[in-house]
Amino acid sequence: MSAHDRHGPLVRHEQVHIADDSPWKKAPLLFGAIGVAGLAIGFAFKGNDPAKFYSSYLTAIMWGLAFGLGGLWFTLVQHAVRAGWSIVVRRIAENLMLTLPVVALLALPALIFGAHDLFHWTHAEALAHDEVLQAKEPYLNEGAFRTRAFVYIGLWSLLALAFYTWSTKQDTAADPAPYAHRMRYWSTIGILVFAMTLTFGAFDWLMSLDPHWFSTIFGVYYFAGCVSIVASTIALTTILLHRSGYLRGVVTTEHFHDLGKMMFAFSVFWGYIGFSQFFLIWYASIPEETFWFSYRGHGDWLTLSLILIFTRFALPFVGLMSRKIKRNPRTLGFWAVWIIVAEFLDMYWLVQPSLAHSRNAEHIRPDLFDIATWAGVAGILLAVFTWGLGRHALVPLRDPRLEESLNHENF
Amino acid sequence: MAKRPKHFGMLAEYETAADLYHACEKVRDAGYAAWDAHTPYPVHGLEKAMGLRSSIIPYIVCVMGFTGAGLGFLLQFWSSTVAYPLIISAKPYNSYPAFVPVTFELGILLGAFGAVFGMLGVNKLPQLYHSLFNSHRFARFSDDRFFISIEARDPKYDGERTRKLLESTGATAVEEVED
Repeated sequence: MSAHDRHGPLVRHEQVHIADDSPWKKAPLLFGAIGVAGLAIGFAFKGNDPAKFYSSYLTAIMWGLAFGLGGLWFTLVQHAVRAGWSIVVRRIAENLMLTLPVVALLALPALIFGAHDLFHWTHAEALAHDEVLQAKEPYLNEGAFRTRAFVYIGLWSLLALAFYTWSTKQDTAADPAPYAHRMRYWSTIGILVFAMTLTFGAFDWLMSLDPHWFSTIFGVYYFAGCVSIVASTIALTTILLHRSGYLRGVVTTEHFHDLGKMMFAFSVFWGYIGFSQFFLIWYASIPEETFWFSYRGHGDWLTLSLILIFTRFALPFVGLMSRKIKRNPRTLGFWAVWIIVAEFLDMYWLVQPSLAHSRNAEHIRPDLFDIATWAGVAGILLAVFTWGLGRHALVPLRDPRLEESLNHENF
Repeated sequence: MAKRPKHFGMLAEYETAADLYHACEKVRDAGYAAWDAHTPYPVHGLEKAMGLRSSIIPYIVCVMGFTGAGLGFLLQFWSSTVAYPLIISAKPYNSYPAFVPVTFELGILLGAFGAVFGMLGVNKLPQLYHSLFNSHRFARFSDDRFFISIEARDPKYDGERTRKLLESTGATAVEEVED
């Protein structure tokens, strides 16, 4: 609203740069140590039960990938629609996007060395007696699977690094306009690439855990989780940065309100997609489709399924409905943590039942592998993320729409 | 019928949105309650300058939405278990997953009704007669002028003092409007 000095900078240096003596500068080392320790413990005990180890590891990886994929999606979409409100939080999404190449590389051991433990269809003797797997063999074979994995990881890394580099170069560029135009031009192509790779990535790495089952909506289901995670993480990070004295007056209640709306909307979207997936299969009741839900509907897995409906959809739906809750950093932060944790439960529910089913295990017993691999992936992820936060300004300083974003107001 | 005041109230005209904005702050701070601002287009932040409370529409929508969803579910539950029980594809009578789409749609429908008719009700619309249109000057509120109207029923309303207040806010014209 207020008139403002056109010759001075829009934000003060100390508002958007993390000081050298801040705990945020030590965070990468701390998180990195936790990450390496977690992964080391996981891999050290792998021999006890390789199948369970890779199952836990894939759970953690798919959860960790959601941060980077969500960050990439957020960045691309804000450019494509020329969003004004989100400029002050875009750099946080870009730093999340920066974790994508690292976490995607961490996925490789599971996808290459763990393929035999995770994916039933890689076994030649299973293939020999299974007409369905034979029919799917042109797509589901290890060579194609690995090639696709490298393509997804390569494209994600390319997009993430390109947009990160352009955006940070723009901070110091004499003329920011060419960067703004270039990012907008490539964002639409990027969205197309993102949508295809995410969908087929989810098919390959999650759905093919049970190679007989198929759901065309599966990629969208995973995508809903990615967006929930990115909105929650941006909100949570900003709240924590506010507490350390950064971004005050830059990211305001108005931006929290909008991030809260996204968290609310994509919790509902997750429920909508999850139910759509379940509903058609339940209605048609054809055994070759229902078995996937059937073994998630027995024993402890039924309990987890019901918990998931409430933690991932029903409670955030009611809890985030109020405007006051979205505009209060404490309550918004609570729901942000809630959604990030619930998304991990969702990944657990997607990945782990197929191994439990093959062992007729109806009990869920979280073990050392679950904790160690989660700490490993979360640690590496946060190390890269906080390292990125400390390296550059916390907002895109010379984005043409920064002023619009600073003055953003909801009605 | 209660005795109505002779005059509807006082109308002030402004040339720019900024003038109106600051005038609203003054009227708000003077403690008036029954008054309004009229602009040709939405003015950002005017609700703060006017000191308006947040709308009750969200609560109406919430109640209506949950009512719609509840009734939608009951309608299906009653018709498929009590009124006309049929076994469809070997499923129980109360096959609640099948009820979800209609439950959802009726929740949306009544929520939307709540939003639209709630908005009309809160704004007292439709209204066939409004005293402000007795002013010829007022016609420009939908073109290029900004107005504040203070109603005579406001307990703080006092002909001369209200006129002075409005004149002191930079109004280009102040007039009394007949009821």
